[in-house]
Amino acid sequence: MRLTLKIWRQPNSAAAGELRTYQLDDVSEDTSFLEMLDMLNEQLTGTDEEPVAFDSDCREGICGTCGVMINGQAHGPEVTTTCQLHMRSFSDGDTITIEPWRADAFPVLRDLIVDRGAFDRIIQQGGYISVNTGSAPDAHATAVPKKNADRAFDVATCIGCGACVAACPNGSASLFLGAKITHLGELPQGQAERDTRVVNMVAQHDHEGFGGCTNIGECTAACPKEIPLDVISQLNKDLRTAMRHGL
Amino acid sequence: MAVTGLIFVGYVLAHMYGNLKVFAGQDSFDEYAHHLREFGEPILPYEGFLWIARVVLILAVIGHAYSAFKLWHRAAVARKEKYSARRVAKSTLSSRTMRWGGVTLLAFIVFHILHLTTRTITPGSNSDSPYERLVAGFQPERWWLVLIYLVALVALGMHLRHGVWSACQTLGFTNTAASRRRANLAGISLAVIVAVGFALVPISVLFGIVD
Ligand code: HEM
Ligand code: SF4
Ligand code: FES
Repeated sequence: MRLTLKIWRQPNSAAAGELRTYQLDDVSEDTSFLEMLDMLNEQLTGTDEEPVAFDSDCREGICGTCGVMINGQAHGPEVTTTCQLHMRSFSDGDTITIEPWRADAFPVLRDLIVDRGAFDRIIQQGGYISVNTGSAPDAHATAVPKKNADRAFDVATCIGCGACVAACPNGSASLFLGAKITHLGELPQGQAERDTRVVNMVAQHDHEGFGGCTNIGECTAACPKEIPLDVISQLNKDLRTAMRHGL
Repeated sequence: MAVTGLIFVGYVLAHMYGNLKVFAGQDSFDEYAHHLREFGEPILPYEGFLWIARVVLILAVIGHAYSAFKLWHRAAVARKEKYSARRVAKSTLSSRTMRWGGVTLLAFIVFHILHLTTRTITPGSNSDSPYERLVAGFQPERWWLVLIYLVALVALGMHLRHGVWSACQTLGFTNTAASRRRANLAGISLAVIVAVGFALVPISVLFGIVD
Protein backbone atom coordinates (compact mmCIF):
# COMPACT_ATOMS: atom_id res chain seq x y z
CA MET A 1 0.00 0.00 0.00
CA ARG A 2 0.92 3.63 -0.45
CA LEU A 3 1.01 5.87 2.62
CA THR A 4 1.39 9.53 3.37
CA LEU A 5 3.24 9.94 6.67
CA LYS A 6 3.23 13.14 8.68
CA ILE A 7 5.98 12.75 11.22
CA TRP A 8 7.19 15.02 14.00
CA ARG A 9 10.80 16.02 13.37
CA GLN A 10 12.77 17.73 16.11
CA PRO A 11 16.60 17.58 16.22
CA ASN A 12 16.88 17.88 20.03
CA SER A 13 15.05 19.04 23.16
CA ALA A 14 16.08 22.63 22.75
CA ALA A 15 15.18 23.00 19.08
CA ALA A 16 11.70 23.64 17.73
CA GLY A 17 10.00 20.79 15.91
CA GLU A 18 7.56 20.47 13.04
CA LEU A 19 5.49 17.87 11.21
CA ARG A 20 7.07 16.80 7.95
CA THR A 21 5.33 14.83 5.21
CA TYR A 22 6.75 11.74 3.50
CA GLN A 23 5.45 9.29 0.89
CA LEU A 24 6.09 5.59 1.36
CA ASP A 25 5.22 2.97 -1.28
CA ASP A 26 4.93 -0.82 -1.34
CA VAL A 27 4.18 -1.30 2.32
CA SER A 28 2.88 -4.81 2.93
CA GLU A 29 -0.03 -5.44 5.30
CA ASP A 30 2.13 -7.90 7.21
CA THR A 31 4.72 -5.26 8.03
CA SER A 32 4.74 -4.12 11.62
CA PHE A 33 4.43 -0.41 12.31
CA LEU A 34 8.05 -0.12 13.38
CA GLU A 35 9.25 -2.07 10.33
CA MET A 36 7.33 0.43 8.24
CA LEU A 37 9.32 3.21 9.95
CA ASP A 38 12.50 1.21 9.28
CA MET A 39 11.54 1.16 5.58
CA LEU A 40 11.03 4.91 5.65
CA ASN A 41 14.43 5.37 7.29
CA GLU A 42 16.13 3.35 4.56
CA GLN A 43 14.46 5.60 2.02
CA LEU A 44 15.59 8.70 3.94
CA THR A 45 19.16 7.43 4.19
CA GLY A 46 19.18 7.27 0.39
CA THR A 47 18.35 10.97 0.29
CA ASP A 48 20.11 13.62 2.34
CA GLU A 49 17.69 13.47 5.24
CA GLU A 50 18.39 12.23 8.77
CA PRO A 51 16.46 9.06 9.62
CA VAL A 52 13.49 9.38 11.97
CA ALA A 53 14.54 8.61 15.56
CA PHE A 54 12.14 6.35 17.45
CA ASP A 55 12.46 4.10 20.48
CA SER A 56 12.09 0.33 20.52
CA ASP A 57 13.63 -2.63 22.23
CA CYS A 58 11.87 -5.99 22.53
CA ARG A 59 9.48 -5.47 19.60
CA GLU A 60 7.26 -8.10 21.18
CA GLY A 61 5.05 -5.93 23.37
CA ILE A 62 6.64 -6.59 26.75
CA CYS A 63 9.19 -3.90 27.45
CA GLY A 64 7.27 -0.65 27.01
CA THR A 65 10.05 1.17 25.15
CA CYS A 66 8.18 1.86 21.93
CA GLY A 67 5.10 4.03 21.89
CA VAL A 68 4.11 6.94 19.72
CA MET A 69 0.93 8.84 19.05
CA ILE A 70 -0.61 7.50 15.82
CA ASN A 71 -3.44 9.56 14.31
CA GLY A 72 -4.17 10.96 17.76
CA GLN A 73 -4.27 7.59 19.51
CA ALA A 74 -1.56 6.33 21.82
CA HIS A 75 -0.06 3.15 20.24
CA GLY A 76 -2.54 3.56 17.36
CA PRO A 77 -5.96 2.06 16.70
CA GLU A 78 -5.51 -1.39 18.33
CA VAL A 79 -5.22 -2.37 21.99
CA THR A 80 -1.53 -3.21 21.78
CA THR A 81 1.90 -1.64 21.76
CA THR A 82 3.21 0.26 18.73
CA CYS A 83 5.67 -2.58 17.99
CA GLN A 84 2.82 -5.11 17.87
CA LEU A 85 0.70 -2.95 15.61
CA HIS A 86 0.62 -4.11 11.99
CA MET A 87 -0.06 -2.24 8.80
CA ARG A 88 -3.20 -4.31 8.19
CA SER A 89 -4.84 -1.90 10.62
CA PHE A 90 -4.45 0.79 7.93
CA SER A 91 -5.58 1.07 4.32
CA ASP A 92 -3.98 2.00 1.05
CA GLY A 93 -3.89 5.76 0.58
CA ASP A 94 -4.10 6.55 4.32
CA THR A 95 -2.44 9.58 5.83
CA ILE A 96 -0.87 8.70 9.16
CA THR A 97 0.16 11.40 11.64
CA ILE A 98 2.90 10.25 14.01
CA GLU A 99 3.83 12.36 17.02
CA PRO A 100 5.77 11.77 20.23
CA TRP A 101 4.00 11.45 23.62
CA ARG A 102 3.10 14.97 24.63
CA ALA A 103 3.70 15.77 28.28
CA ASP A 104 6.02 18.32 29.80
CA ALA A 105 7.20 15.61 32.21
CA PHE A 106 8.27 13.58 29.13
CA PRO A 107 10.49 16.03 27.21
CA VAL A 108 11.18 15.18 23.57
CA LEU A 109 14.79 14.10 23.12
CA ARG A 110 14.64 13.77 19.37
CA ASP A 111 11.85 13.24 16.80
CA LEU A 112 9.59 10.59 18.36
CA ILE A 113 11.77 9.76 21.36
CA VAL A 114 10.80 11.16 24.74
CA ASP A 115 12.60 10.97 28.09
CA ARG A 116 10.50 8.87 30.47
CA GLY A 117 12.93 9.27 33.36
CA ALA A 118 10.06 10.75 35.36
CA PHE A 119 8.58 7.22 35.63
CA ASP A 120 11.89 5.87 36.96
CA ARG A 121 12.02 8.59 39.59
CA ILE A 122 8.45 7.77 40.65
CA ILE A 123 9.41 4.08 41.00
CA GLN A 124 12.46 5.08 43.03
CA GLN A 125 10.10 6.70 45.54
CA GLY A 126 8.49 3.39 46.49
CA GLY A 127 7.68 1.17 43.52
CA TYR A 128 9.60 -1.68 45.13
CA ILE A 129 9.75 -3.81 48.28
CA SER A 130 12.73 -3.98 50.61
CA VAL A 131 14.05 -7.50 51.25
CA ASN A 132 17.30 -8.90 52.50
CA THR A 133 19.15 -10.59 49.69
CA GLY A 134 20.31 -14.16 50.06
CA SER A 135 19.02 -17.40 48.69
CA ALA A 136 15.59 -17.08 47.14
CA PRO A 137 12.78 -18.17 49.49
CA ASP A 138 10.54 -21.04 48.42
CA ALA A 139 7.81 -19.84 46.11
CA HIS A 140 5.14 -21.03 48.54
CA ALA A 141 6.85 -19.70 51.67
CA THR A 142 4.31 -16.89 51.95
CA ALA A 143 0.76 -17.89 51.05
CA VAL A 144 -1.16 -15.37 48.91
CA PRO A 145 -4.93 -15.78 48.48
CA LYS A 146 -5.84 -16.43 44.84
CA LYS A 147 -8.01 -13.32 44.57
CA ASN A 148 -5.15 -11.04 45.63
CA ALA A 149 -2.60 -12.88 43.52
CA ASP A 150 -4.83 -12.55 40.44
CA ARG A 151 -5.33 -8.84 40.88
CA ALA A 152 -1.64 -8.27 41.57
CA PHE A 153 -0.68 -10.23 38.45
CA ASP A 154 -3.22 -8.45 36.27
CA VAL A 155 -1.90 -5.01 37.14
CA ALA A 156 1.74 -6.11 37.28
CA THR A 157 1.49 -6.36 33.50
CA CYS A 158 2.00 -2.57 33.29
CA ILE A 159 5.10 -2.06 31.18
CA GLY A 160 5.58 1.62 31.98
CA CYS A 161 5.13 2.67 28.39
CA GLY A 162 3.51 6.01 29.22
CA ALA A 163 0.53 5.67 26.87
CA CYS A 164 -1.80 6.53 29.77
CA VAL A 165 -0.06 9.88 30.21
CA ALA A 166 -0.05 10.49 26.47
CA ALA A 167 -3.78 9.82 26.18
CA CYS A 168 -4.88 11.66 29.33
CA PRO A 169 -6.40 15.10 28.64
CA ASN A 170 -4.92 16.16 32.00
CA GLY A 171 -1.48 14.68 31.31
CA SER A 172 -1.79 12.63 34.50
CA ALA A 173 0.13 9.41 35.21
CA SER A 174 -2.48 8.10 37.66
CA LEU A 175 -3.08 4.83 35.80
CA PHE A 176 0.63 3.96 35.90
CA LEU A 177 0.80 5.04 39.54
CA GLY A 178 -2.34 3.09 40.42
CA ALA A 179 -1.03 -0.04 38.69
CA LYS A 180 2.14 0.00 40.80
CA ILE A 181 0.31 0.81 44.05
CA THR A 182 -2.27 -1.95 43.47
CA HIS A 183 0.30 -4.52 42.36
CA LEU A 184 2.40 -4.22 45.53
CA GLY A 185 -0.56 -3.44 47.82
CA GLU A 186 -2.26 -6.76 47.01
CA LEU A 187 0.74 -8.81 48.14
CA PRO A 188 1.90 -9.61 51.68
CA GLN A 189 5.43 -8.46 50.81
CA GLY A 190 4.12 -5.02 49.90
CA GLN A 191 2.47 -4.24 53.23
CA ALA A 192 5.42 -2.95 55.27
CA GLU A 193 5.98 0.03 52.98
CA ARG A 194 2.39 0.47 51.84
CA ASP A 195 1.70 3.87 53.42
CA THR A 196 5.02 5.54 52.67
CA ARG A 197 4.95 4.10 49.14
CA VAL A 198 1.73 5.80 48.10
CA VAL A 199 2.53 9.12 49.77
CA ASN A 200 6.03 9.36 48.29
CA MET A 201 5.10 8.13 44.82
CA VAL A 202 2.18 10.58 44.56
CA ALA A 203 4.42 13.42 45.77
CA GLN A 204 7.02 12.55 43.12
CA HIS A 205 4.29 12.27 40.45
CA ASP A 206 3.07 15.79 41.26
CA HIS A 207 6.62 17.10 41.52
CA GLU A 208 7.42 15.81 38.02
CA GLY A 209 4.64 18.02 36.67
CA PHE A 210 2.06 15.40 35.70
CA GLY A 211 -1.53 16.65 35.83
CA GLY A 212 -4.27 15.70 38.29
CA CYS A 213 -6.69 12.86 37.50
CA THR A 214 -10.35 13.72 36.87
CA ASN A 215 -11.39 10.12 36.07
CA ILE A 216 -12.04 10.70 32.38
CA GLY A 217 -10.86 7.20 31.41
CA GLU A 218 -8.89 7.86 28.20
CA CYS A 219 -5.86 6.22 29.87
CA THR A 220 -7.40 2.79 30.24
CA ALA A 221 -8.65 2.86 26.63
CA ALA A 222 -5.09 3.56 25.44
CA CYS A 223 -3.32 1.10 27.77
CA PRO A 224 -1.88 -1.83 25.79
CA LYS A 225 -2.17 -3.98 28.93
CA GLU A 226 -5.79 -3.00 29.65
CA ILE A 227 -5.07 -1.83 33.19
CA PRO A 228 -8.55 -1.03 34.56
CA LEU A 229 -9.62 2.30 36.08
CA ASP A 230 -10.19 0.72 39.48
CA VAL A 231 -6.45 0.96 40.19
CA ILE A 232 -6.96 4.73 40.44
CA SER A 233 -9.70 4.20 43.00
CA GLN A 234 -7.31 1.89 44.88
CA LEU A 235 -4.63 4.56 44.70
CA ASN A 236 -6.99 7.11 46.25
CA LYS A 237 -8.07 4.65 48.90
CA ASP A 238 -4.50 3.82 49.87
CA LEU A 239 -3.64 7.51 49.97
CA ARG A 240 -6.58 8.20 52.28
CA THR A 241 -5.62 5.28 54.53
CA ALA A 242 -2.03 6.57 54.72
CA MET A 243 -3.27 10.05 55.63
CA ARG A 244 -5.48 8.58 58.33
CA HIS A 245 -2.36 6.87 59.69
CA GLY A 246 -0.84 10.34 59.98
CA LEU A 247 1.47 10.39 56.95
CA MET B 1 -13.60 18.21 44.94
CA ALA B 2 -15.53 15.04 45.80
CA VAL B 3 -16.65 16.12 49.27
CA THR B 4 -17.81 19.58 48.21
CA GLY B 5 -19.46 18.03 45.15
CA LEU B 6 -21.41 15.62 47.34
CA ILE B 7 -22.59 18.56 49.50
CA PHE B 8 -24.05 20.04 46.31
CA VAL B 9 -25.69 16.73 45.47
CA GLY B 10 -27.46 16.69 48.86
CA TYR B 11 -28.46 20.32 48.46
CA VAL B 12 -29.72 19.86 44.92
CA LEU B 13 -31.93 16.91 45.97
CA ALA B 14 -33.42 18.91 48.87
CA HIS B 15 -33.97 21.94 46.62
CA MET B 16 -35.68 19.78 44.01
CA TYR B 17 -37.99 18.29 46.63
CA GLY B 18 -38.96 21.82 47.70
CA ASN B 19 -39.60 22.91 44.11
CA LEU B 20 -41.90 19.97 43.45
CA LYS B 21 -44.23 21.38 46.15
CA VAL B 22 -45.36 23.70 43.35
CA PHE B 23 -47.63 20.85 42.28
CA ALA B 24 -49.33 20.87 45.70
CA GLY B 25 -50.52 24.43 45.12
CA GLN B 26 -49.62 27.99 46.09
CA ASP B 27 -50.27 27.62 49.82
CA SER B 28 -48.15 24.54 50.16
CA PHE B 29 -45.25 26.07 48.20
CA ASP B 30 -45.27 29.43 49.97
CA GLU B 31 -45.70 27.73 53.34
CA TYR B 32 -42.64 25.58 52.61
CA ALA B 33 -40.55 28.65 51.71
CA HIS B 34 -41.74 30.38 54.87
CA HIS B 35 -41.11 27.32 56.97
CA LEU B 36 -37.49 27.13 55.78
CA ARG B 37 -36.97 30.49 57.46
CA GLU B 38 -38.49 29.37 60.75
CA PHE B 39 -36.83 25.96 60.73
CA GLY B 40 -35.07 25.19 64.02
CA GLU B 41 -36.74 28.00 66.00
CA PRO B 42 -36.51 28.80 68.82
CA ILE B 43 -33.09 27.16 69.16
CA LEU B 44 -31.99 28.95 65.98
CA PRO B 45 -32.94 32.55 65.23
CA TYR B 46 -35.29 33.42 62.31
CA GLU B 47 -33.57 32.40 59.05
CA GLY B 48 -30.83 30.81 61.18
CA PHE B 49 -31.00 27.43 59.47
CA LEU B 50 -31.08 29.11 56.07
CA TRP B 51 -27.95 31.07 56.80
CA ILE B 52 -26.10 28.02 58.07
CA ALA B 53 -26.98 26.26 54.83
CA ARG B 54 -25.92 29.32 52.81
CA VAL B 55 -22.56 29.57 54.56
CA VAL B 56 -21.88 25.85 54.05
CA LEU B 57 -22.82 26.13 50.36
CA ILE B 58 -20.70 29.23 49.79
CA LEU B 59 -17.70 27.56 51.43
CA ALA B 60 -18.35 24.47 49.31
CA VAL B 61 -18.52 26.53 46.11
CA ILE B 62 -15.26 28.26 47.00
CA GLY B 63 -13.53 24.95 47.79
CA HIS B 64 -14.95 23.25 44.72
CA ALA B 65 -14.07 26.06 42.32
CA TYR B 66 -10.61 26.47 43.85
CA SER B 67 -9.81 22.77 43.34
CA ALA B 68 -11.33 22.86 39.86
CA PHE B 69 -9.22 25.78 38.71
CA LYS B 70 -6.14 24.23 40.29
CA LEU B 71 -6.70 20.98 38.35
CA TRP B 72 -7.38 23.02 35.24
CA HIS B 73 -4.10 24.86 35.65
CA ARG B 74 -2.14 21.68 36.37
CA ALA B 75 -3.54 20.11 33.20
CA ALA B 76 -2.62 23.20 31.17
CA VAL B 77 1.01 23.16 32.30
CA ALA B 78 1.33 19.36 32.10
CA ARG B 79 0.99 19.49 28.30
CA LYS B 80 2.01 22.81 26.80
CA GLU B 81 2.76 21.43 23.33
CA LYS B 82 -0.58 20.10 22.03
CA TYR B 83 -1.15 17.19 19.66
CA SER B 84 -1.87 18.16 16.08
CA ALA B 85 -4.06 15.07 15.68
CA ARG B 86 -6.22 13.88 18.56
CA ARG B 87 -8.89 11.20 18.65
CA VAL B 88 -11.09 10.60 21.68
CA ALA B 89 -11.33 6.90 22.50
CA LYS B 90 -14.09 6.27 24.99
CA SER B 91 -14.48 9.09 27.49
CA THR B 92 -17.97 10.55 27.92
CA LEU B 93 -18.92 14.00 26.70
CA SER B 94 -19.86 14.81 30.30
CA SER B 95 -16.34 14.05 31.51
CA ARG B 96 -14.81 16.33 28.91
CA THR B 97 -17.12 19.25 29.63
CA MET B 98 -16.72 19.39 33.42
CA ARG B 99 -14.76 22.61 33.37
CA TRP B 100 -16.77 24.80 31.02
CA GLY B 101 -19.93 23.09 32.30
CA GLY B 102 -18.93 24.05 35.85
CA VAL B 103 -18.33 27.65 34.81
CA THR B 104 -21.75 27.66 33.11
CA LEU B 105 -23.32 26.40 36.34
CA LEU B 106 -21.57 29.09 38.36
CA ALA B 107 -22.88 31.78 36.01
CA PHE B 108 -26.34 30.27 36.24
CA ILE B 109 -26.25 30.12 40.05
CA VAL B 110 -25.43 33.85 40.16
CA PHE B 111 -28.29 34.58 37.76
CA HIS B 112 -30.66 32.34 39.70
CA ILE B 113 -29.90 34.05 43.02
CA LEU B 114 -30.38 37.48 41.44
CA HIS B 115 -33.69 36.24 40.07
CA LEU B 116 -35.44 34.38 42.87
CA THR B 117 -33.47 35.14 46.03
CA THR B 118 -32.40 38.80 45.96
CA ARG B 119 -35.13 39.71 43.44
CA THR B 120 -32.74 42.01 41.57
CA ILE B 121 -34.04 40.68 38.27
CA THR B 122 -37.82 40.36 38.31
CA PRO B 123 -39.15 38.93 35.07
CA GLY B 124 -42.94 38.88 35.29
CA SER B 125 -43.61 39.72 38.90
CA ASN B 126 -42.00 40.92 42.13
CA SER B 127 -44.73 39.57 44.38
CA ASP B 128 -43.93 38.58 47.98
CA SER B 129 -45.27 35.13 47.19
CA PRO B 130 -42.44 32.95 45.80
CA TYR B 131 -45.12 30.92 43.98
CA GLU B 132 -46.41 33.97 42.11
CA ARG B 133 -42.91 35.11 41.16
CA LEU B 134 -42.16 31.67 39.79
CA VAL B 135 -45.38 31.23 37.84
CA ALA B 136 -45.30 34.75 36.41
CA GLY B 137 -41.68 34.25 35.34
CA PHE B 138 -42.10 31.07 33.31
CA GLN B 139 -45.05 32.24 31.20
CA PRO B 140 -44.80 31.51 27.43
CA GLU B 141 -44.03 35.14 26.55
CA ARG B 142 -40.85 34.73 28.63
CA TRP B 143 -39.73 31.55 26.87
CA TRP B 144 -36.14 32.77 27.06
CA LEU B 145 -36.23 32.45 30.85
CA VAL B 146 -37.47 28.87 30.56
CA LEU B 147 -34.69 28.25 28.06
CA ILE B 148 -32.00 29.59 30.42
CA TYR B 149 -33.25 27.27 33.16
CA LEU B 150 -33.44 24.26 30.86
CA VAL B 151 -29.94 24.81 29.47
CA ALA B 152 -28.63 25.08 33.03
CA LEU B 153 -30.36 21.82 33.92
CA VAL B 154 -28.76 20.02 30.99
CA ALA B 155 -25.41 21.36 32.21
CA LEU B 156 -26.23 20.23 35.76
CA GLY B 157 -27.27 16.77 34.58
CA MET B 158 -24.04 16.35 32.64
CA HIS B 159 -21.95 17.66 35.54
CA LEU B 160 -23.61 15.19 37.89
CA ARG B 161 -23.32 12.28 35.46
CA HIS B 162 -19.56 12.46 35.52
CA GLY B 163 -19.25 14.10 38.95
CA VAL B 164 -20.97 11.33 40.90
CA TRP B 165 -18.91 8.62 39.23
CA SER B 166 -15.74 10.65 39.62
CA ALA B 167 -16.43 11.31 43.30
CA CYS B 168 -16.80 7.54 43.88
CA GLN B 169 -13.40 7.02 42.24
CA THR B 170 -11.82 9.83 44.23
CA LEU B 171 -13.19 8.45 47.48
CA GLY B 172 -11.85 4.99 46.65
CA PHE B 173 -15.22 3.20 46.46
CA THR B 174 -14.76 1.63 43.03
CA ASN B 175 -12.17 -1.09 43.37
CA THR B 176 -13.94 -3.74 41.27
CA ALA B 177 -15.52 -3.80 37.83
CA ALA B 178 -18.97 -4.27 39.41
CA SER B 179 -18.60 -1.28 41.72
CA ARG B 180 -17.43 0.83 38.79
CA ARG B 181 -20.58 -0.08 36.91
CA ARG B 182 -22.70 0.81 39.94
CA ALA B 183 -20.96 4.18 40.32
CA ASN B 184 -21.60 4.98 36.66
CA LEU B 185 -25.21 3.91 37.02
CA ALA B 186 -25.59 6.10 40.11
CA GLY B 187 -24.22 9.04 38.12
CA ILE B 188 -26.62 8.50 35.23
CA SER B 189 -29.65 7.96 37.51
CA LEU B 190 -28.97 10.97 39.66
CA ALA B 191 -28.36 13.13 36.58
CA VAL B 192 -31.70 12.11 35.05
CA ILE B 193 -33.67 12.39 38.32
CA VAL B 194 -32.29 15.84 39.13
CA ALA B 195 -32.51 17.30 35.62
CA VAL B 196 -36.04 15.99 35.03
CA GLY B 197 -37.22 16.76 38.58
CA PHE B 198 -36.17 20.40 38.30
CA ALA B 199 -37.31 20.77 34.68
CA LEU B 200 -40.86 19.64 35.50
CA VAL B 201 -41.55 22.95 37.24
CA PRO B 202 -40.74 25.51 34.49
CA ILE B 203 -42.16 23.18 31.82
CA SER B 204 -45.44 22.72 33.72
CA VAL B 205 -45.79 26.48 34.09
CA LEU B 206 -44.94 27.03 30.43
CA PHE B 207 -47.71 24.66 29.37
CA GLY B 208 -50.21 26.03 31.86
CA ILE B 209 -50.35 22.84 33.97
CA VAL B 210 -49.41 24.98 36.98
CA ASP B 211 -50.92 28.46 37.14
C1 HEM C 1 -18.94 26.71 40.85
C2 HEM C 1 -19.20 26.17 39.69
C3 HEM C 1 -18.60 24.83 39.41
C4 HEM C 1 -17.39 24.57 38.79
C5 HEM C 1 -16.41 25.58 38.22
C6 HEM C 1 -17.26 23.13 38.80
C7 HEM C 1 -16.20 22.44 38.23
C8 HEM C 1 -15.94 21.11 38.49
C9 HEM C 1 -14.79 20.42 38.05
C10 HEM C 1 -13.69 21.02 37.18
C11 HEM C 1 -14.86 19.16 38.55
C12 HEM C 1 -13.83 18.06 38.58
C13 HEM C 1 -13.26 17.57 37.44
C14 HEM C 1 -13.76 16.23 36.98
O1 HEM C 1 -14.08 15.34 37.80
O2 HEM C 1 -13.79 16.10 35.74
C15 HEM C 1 -16.08 19.03 39.27
C16 HEM C 1 -16.47 17.87 39.91
C17 HEM C 1 -17.69 17.71 40.56
N1 HEM C 1 -18.71 18.63 40.62
FE1 HEM C 1 -18.54 20.58 40.03
N2 HEM C 1 -18.33 22.56 39.42
C18 HEM C 1 -19.20 23.56 39.79
C19 HEM C 1 -20.45 23.41 40.39
C20 HEM C 1 -21.00 22.19 40.81
C21 HEM C 1 -22.35 22.01 41.27
C22 HEM C 1 -23.41 23.11 41.32
C23 HEM C 1 -22.47 20.68 41.62
C24 HEM C 1 -23.62 19.91 42.16
C25 HEM C 1 -24.85 20.22 41.98
C26 HEM C 1 -21.22 20.04 41.37
C27 HEM C 1 -20.95 18.70 41.62
C28 HEM C 1 -19.75 18.08 41.35
C29 HEM C 1 -19.36 16.75 41.79
C30 HEM C 1 -20.20 15.77 42.62
C31 HEM C 1 -18.05 16.54 41.29
C32 HEM C 1 -17.18 15.29 41.48
C33 HEM C 1 -16.03 15.45 42.37
C34 HEM C 1 -14.88 14.53 42.05
O3 HEM C 1 -14.35 14.54 40.92
O4 HEM C 1 -14.45 13.82 42.94
N3 HEM C 1 -20.34 20.97 40.86
N4 HEM C 1 -16.72 20.23 39.22
S1 SF4 D 1 -0.73 1.70 32.85
FE1 SF4 D 1 -0.80 0.87 30.73
S2 SF4 D 1 -0.52 2.73 29.46
FE2 SF4 D 1 0.15 3.30 31.52
S3 SF4 D 1 2.36 2.89 31.56
FE3 SF4 D 1 1.37 1.00 32.31
S4 SF4 D 1 1.11 -0.28 30.48
FE4 SF4 D 1 1.55 1.79 29.72
S1 FES E 1 9.43 -2.41 21.78
FE1 FES E 1 9.04 -3.45 23.68
S2 FES E 1 6.94 -3.12 23.95
FE2 FES E 1 7.27 -2.27 21.98
